[in-house]
Amino acid sequence: MENINTSIKKVLLLGSGALKIGEAGEFDYSGSQALKALKEEGIQTVLINPNIATVQTSEGVADQIYFLPVTPYFVERVIEKERPDGVLLSFGGQTALNCGVALYREGVFEKYGVQVLGTPVQAIMDTEDRELFVERLNEIDVKTIKSEAVKNIEDARNAAKALGYPVIIRAAYALGGLGSGFCDNEDELNVLAEKAFSFSPQVLVEKSLRGWKEVEYEVVRDRFDNCITVCNMENFDPLGIHTGESIVIAPSQTLSNSDYHKLRELAIRIVRHVGIVGECNVQYAYDPESEDYRVIEVNARLSRSSALASKATGYPLAFVAAKLGLGYGLFDLKNSVTKTTCAFFEPALDYVVCKIPRWDLGKFHGVDRELGSSMKSVGEVMSIGRTFEEAIQKGLRMIGQGMHGFVDNKELVIDDVDKALREPTDKRIFVISKALAAGYTVDQIHELTKIDRWFLQKLQGIVTTSDALKQYTPESLPTDLLRKAKVQGFSDFQIARAIGLEAQLGSEDGSMAVRAIRKAKGILPVVKQIDTLAAEYPAHTNYLYLTYSGVANDVDYTGDHRSIVVLGSGAYRIGSSVEFDWCGVQALQTIRKQGYRSVMINYNPETVSTDYDMCDRLYFDELTFERVLDIIDLENPHGVIVSTGGQIPNNLAMRLDGQNVNILGTSAKSIDNAEDRDKFSAMLDRIGVDQPEWSALTSMEDINKFIDKVGFPVLVRPSYVLSGAAMNVCSNQEELERFLTLAANVSKKHPVVVSQFIEHAKEVEMDAVARNGEIIVYAISEHIEYAGVHSGDATIQFPPQKLYVETMRRIKRISRQIARELNISGPFNIQFLARDNDIKVIECNLRASRSFPFVSKVLKINFIELATRVMLGLDVEKPGKNLFDLDYVGIKASQFSFNRLQKADPVLGVDMASTGEVGCIGDDSSCAILKSMLSVGYRIPSAEKGILLSTGDAKQKVDMLASARLLQSKGYHIYATGGTSRFLTENGVTNTRVYWPSEQGQPQALDMLHNKEIDMVVNIPKNLTSGELTNGYKIRRASIDLNIPLLTNARLASAFISAFCTMTIDEIAIKSWSEYQ
Amino acid sequence: MRKATLILDDGTRFEGGSFGYEKPVAGEVVFNTAMTGYPESLTDPSYAGQLMTLTYPLVGNYGVPPFTIATDGIPDFMESERIHAEALIVSDYSEQYSHWNACESLASWLKREQIPGITGIDTRQLTKVLREHGVMMGRIVIEDVESDVASIPYSSVNYVDKVSCKEVIRYNEGAEKTIILVDCGVKSNIIRCLKRRGVEIVRVPWNYDFTSLRYDGIFISNGPGDPDQCGAAVDNLRKAMSMSDKPIFGICMGNQLLAKAGGAQTYKLKYGHRSHNQPVRMAGTNRCFITSQNHGFAVDDATLGNDWEPLFSNMNDGSNEGIRHKSKPWFSVQFHPEAASGPTDTEFLFDDFVKLL
Repeated sequence: MENINTSIKKVLLLGSGALKIGEAGEFDYSGSQALKALKEEGIQTVLINPNIATVQTSEGVADQIYFLPVTPYFVERVIEKERPDGVLLSFGGQTALNCGVALYREGVFEKYGVQVLGTPVQAIMDTEDRELFVERLNEIDVKTIKSEAVKNIEDARNAAKALGYPVIIRAAYALGGLGSGFCDNEDELNVLAEKAFSFSPQVLVEKSLRGWKEVEYEVVRDRFDNCITVCNMENFDPLGIHTGESIVIAPSQTLSNSDYHKLRELAIRIVRHVGIVGECNVQYAYDPESEDYRVIEVNARLSRSSALASKATGYPLAFVAAKLGLGYGLFDLKNSVTKTTCAFFEPALDYVVCKIPRWDLGKFHGVDRELGSSMKSVGEVMSIGRTFEEAIQKGLRMIGQGMHGFVDNKELVIDDVDKALREPTDKRIFVISKALAAGYTVDQIHELTKIDRWFLQKLQGIVTTSDALKQYTPESLPTDLLRKAKVQGFSDFQIARAIGLEAQLGSEDGSMAVRAIRKAKGILPVVKQIDTLAAEYPAHTNYLYLTYSGVANDVDYTGDHRSIVVLGSGAYRIGSSVEFDWCGVQALQTIRKQGYRSVMINYNPETVSTDYDMCDRLYFDELTFERVLDIIDLENPHGVIVSTGGQIPNNLAMRLDGQNVNILGTSAKSIDNAEDRDKFSAMLDRIGVDQPEWSALTSMEDINKFIDKVGFPVLVRPSYVLSGAAMNVCSNQEELERFLTLAANVSKKHPVVVSQFIEHAKEVEMDAVARNGEIIVYAISEHIEYAGVHSGDATIQFPPQKLYVETMRRIKRISRQIARELNISGPFNIQFLARDNDIKVIECNLRASRSFPFVSKVLKINFIELATRVMLGLDVEKPGKNLFDLDYVGIKASQFSFNRLQKADPVLGVDMASTGEVGCIGDDSSCAILKSMLSVGYRIPSAEKGILLSTGDAKQKVDMLASARLLQSKGYHIYATGGTSRFLTENGVTNTRVYWPSEQGQPQALDMLHNKEIDMVVNIPKNLTSGELTNGYKIRRASIDLNIPLLTNARLASAFISAFCTMTIDEIAIKSWSEYQ
Repeated sequence: MRKATLILDDGTRFEGGSFGYEKPVAGEVVFNTAMTGYPESLTDPSYAGQLMTLTYPLVGNYGVPPFTIATDGIPDFMESERIHAEALIVSDYSEQYSHWNACESLASWLKREQIPGITGIDTRQLTKVLREHGVMMGRIVIEDVESDVASIPYSSVNYVDKVSCKEVIRYNEGAEKTIILVDCGVKSNIIRCLKRRGVEIVRVPWNYDFTSLRYDGIFISNGPGDPDQCGAAVDNLRKAMSMSDKPIFGICMGNQLLAKAGGAQTYKLKYGHRSHNQPVRMAGTNRCFITSQNHGFAVDDATLGNDWEPLFSNMNDGSNEGIRHKSKPWFSVQFHPEAASGPTDTEFLFDDFVKLL
């Protein structure tokens, strides 16, 4: 078409790196869409993204992929090598944007003649720099929140005084509200401002508008000045809670036409004035008592909200934004859902969506649970319904934290309901449920929460229906009430509980009984399409959801048995994220290639698997047994794949099998034999495979007896957790008792699993695909850290570099035995402990594991494609290469988001804490380590600053000695706390002793951190004594809060130090994935 | 809640519950895909004779604003002095509401104005039926309520005559410029938009011969029904056009009447455009706008005379969205630049008109 910029032949796209709080899978989705849009135009694409688990870094998505850090240095090196004509900065979140702005400032784009496509960098800077932003909006009479940009703490105090408390503090140029928060007084301001300054030289002090509504608009503009607002969204929680932490409803529910269009007009005025070309998000604070407003911020890039808006409306924002960046007008593009109407339009929804954040705060020691202006959630779900009640109840089930909906959950224990309503935590929605049940009125709850009454009225309606149900028995239950409950999103389980069927038959049979009752009464869900135009035009869309507000399906089911249903992985959370999205997408693609109809069920708006282009039918709906069965009833599929979506689908295998659903691949019975601890142990014993001793125990006496046998340390896993993490390693009696009395309950009802914990053992992973019990392809990888660090947090090396050949041989042999015994057909993963060729099995999952994309991409064999072919019963040849053929090394490193999790202790343990990962490839270990560590936010410490060492117990001190010597030889100044200092001195390493917070003496370690004299902290926790905990905690926490790289594991610290001491950053080869052969 | 049933002329039935006034009603069943603006739409005179289906399922959330009337006789928040739609069809009526400017619930308003409302309808399915079949007559009957109701074919009624003012009304008297507003069922916001631009408005009944009045321009309003029913208005326009070249601006029905005065023909669309998201493109430019629309008839571009040309076209189905005279200051649009409800992107057309005076 005439409007495309024909000088652009090759485009560089910046990804967002590892998933972290505030920047997650949504950017895999936006980047993938942009790459697809470029590819369609025949443009060569180059992608920089170290996140190896993403779909965008898969073969065929971009022409060249660099698993390198998205930092100015590396991006410039890639530009120098690839010489792209254009660059896209707005598809990789704040990471890409910040990097792009830095490169622009340094004149790099100009130097290499690279055009920035889409929104000009100046416009980005206008929106990112608060002062410029306010100025620009003043020019068009648009009100912003009164705010002052300050450069030091004194000015911050003065500004706050002038504005009047409460104020909000924000760090400029920070993603997702990092380093921001509310201050009610000067003391709070002092603390927050210091932290904010550590992230940014500019800090903003603003008047707080707590209690106002928060509303967002997603706006698209082309270079011809044509604008549309694709979606508006209203936060359930009023201003004061970060939009990433809030339940969000689209479209807005409590805005009148006048409200809606006033804000829409402003959004367009802003976007035109700023000069966006592409996509932009405008956030407002909106007075609940008038039409007064303030613009909170403008994001001149694709964002979490834009991904949500795309999924909420079916309008592919990132795809369109990429096309607009190439010069097209909106009028040139077609609506990709209807294929006939124009992309210049605003979607009309005929449903309502709810986004609900998923928190995992329980995974962190000491974390502050109160929600505020900085983001802590690790994932989100989107639910679709034709009533608000249906959408919210679906959503509350989707977040997967044991809740059945808004009501009929396990009773929440709350001491002070008023306080819990006033000071929101991750549980607030359930506090509202409890309050309503306890007789609080809508007005009372509104007073305490400032949540709009309309939402509360709707929630109250759910409680009323639940109460009504409780008046009936299964026999007396009126049809109209049952239908009403389903229309309001009640699950069969909730109804079973309310009418006494759960008590009578148990949860599973009770729910099935309700299912039978409603089916007999003809109460069935219908399938509706998301078609962007509310049925105004016919659409061949495959984007679907189920609802009880309807009388007819939009889809004609022909019963051809050609459907293969792939169950997705649900909300991203710690332990399950983008890697399973990759697996799901690979499965869908393989299914499609084989001529089957690929069907996906998933509800995570941050994913590529929920892009309706990725499959033949997408059900954006629950992964509950009830809903999956509803869909299977409709689809009547050839089979269902439960092994590519992590634990959620895996857990459904047995029950689906019980309903005679055809599970493809490994049988449900085998899955159960691996999942059930007793059955699995019995099998290992039978085939003579060793495992750490364990026992499920119900009394302290039994626990002690067991420990007498195996000895300390032990791994303790309570089945009922009072507070803190669910697992712990206890090295002595004192620790054990403290953990079990403080943190957990031991009883007949709540047994505790105690396992022998083997120290200084290597952890090794086997990822493989088998067919009828025979292994087709496998990858063995080793952890850099010793066992004790959760495999999801560990740094993983593939192929292994330091494993005995004999160890590998034994691991292969055991894996073959297990595969045969469980008759595995499909993907599986086994985790091993190895010490001196002594191999023990710790875990076995008959599904794809977190590391499948990593090993697939390093080995360049797509394990999921093979697994899917196996599950489809197709011929699969054993690939002609294995890990011994590789001339390079892959390192998978973990990304932590402790900086988001106020007060959390940033230590690693047996429970997973990382939010994301990267995978980098190098010609040797050092190169791969360095790339991957730089990719997860570490930096090579500056030679002018010092390094602080506290290296733990005697063994760890010895482990770290070589590293200390290396640092010394490279001229780094070493600071060390008492014991470490003494040890280093004794061993001839020059160092300066510094003092713990609990010690008298100068210099104080904490002061040095605050004064920015330290550029890297190695703090290895020794044990769990309280003094050690407090001292170490303070240092670790200060490192995180002051943005100083922190290492808490001796093996990883050694590897990293050795890497940056043996090679410099410019010795890192700039090689694309395809160059590693 | 009493059971209520919507019965379409082809026999399709939809069962729901009654939340408005309990009386049977008949009319043309149409659908509107807007997600906000039910008070404005219900009081839009262009909905006269129609049963209005809202595809957005949640309705009533923000209640109903007060029906206060400003000193000039124009309601503050509504588009006319009463509800004009015959009935409202929704999926999920919200009994409770929340908004600072609401003074009553939608149900209570409907009851007061004796307008039936039906909820619990699969409005998406209903829309699909209408989309496939085309709009058709239908009726709503309510359980235990007398169900006899006369069903008069929509195109046979002169709805404009029913909703137009009966005598001349003046606004902004004494202003420098004066325009004639031919009221075919004018929405309040058109009057507000014109008033804000400081012109005197002489609002005349649809069939009033205004040609002997002193004026600087003519505005032809929106209105319900089939433009073929409005011969008198077309005659008056032709007369005015033959007497002078004074500027003319028309909206919606005004577009159709101006087209007819210029010799073109109109036709009935299968299911009309009723929404806030209709894309239009200005002819010969790259300028595109999102518009609010409510019409069941359209101008046939092919019948435009040599002196006329399309001004806007619909980017979805290519239908006519406006016309202009090639040499004279006469133009009109099929969409609603006054919005209320809907997007306000094209309000500049009022400026364009006033500048011509």
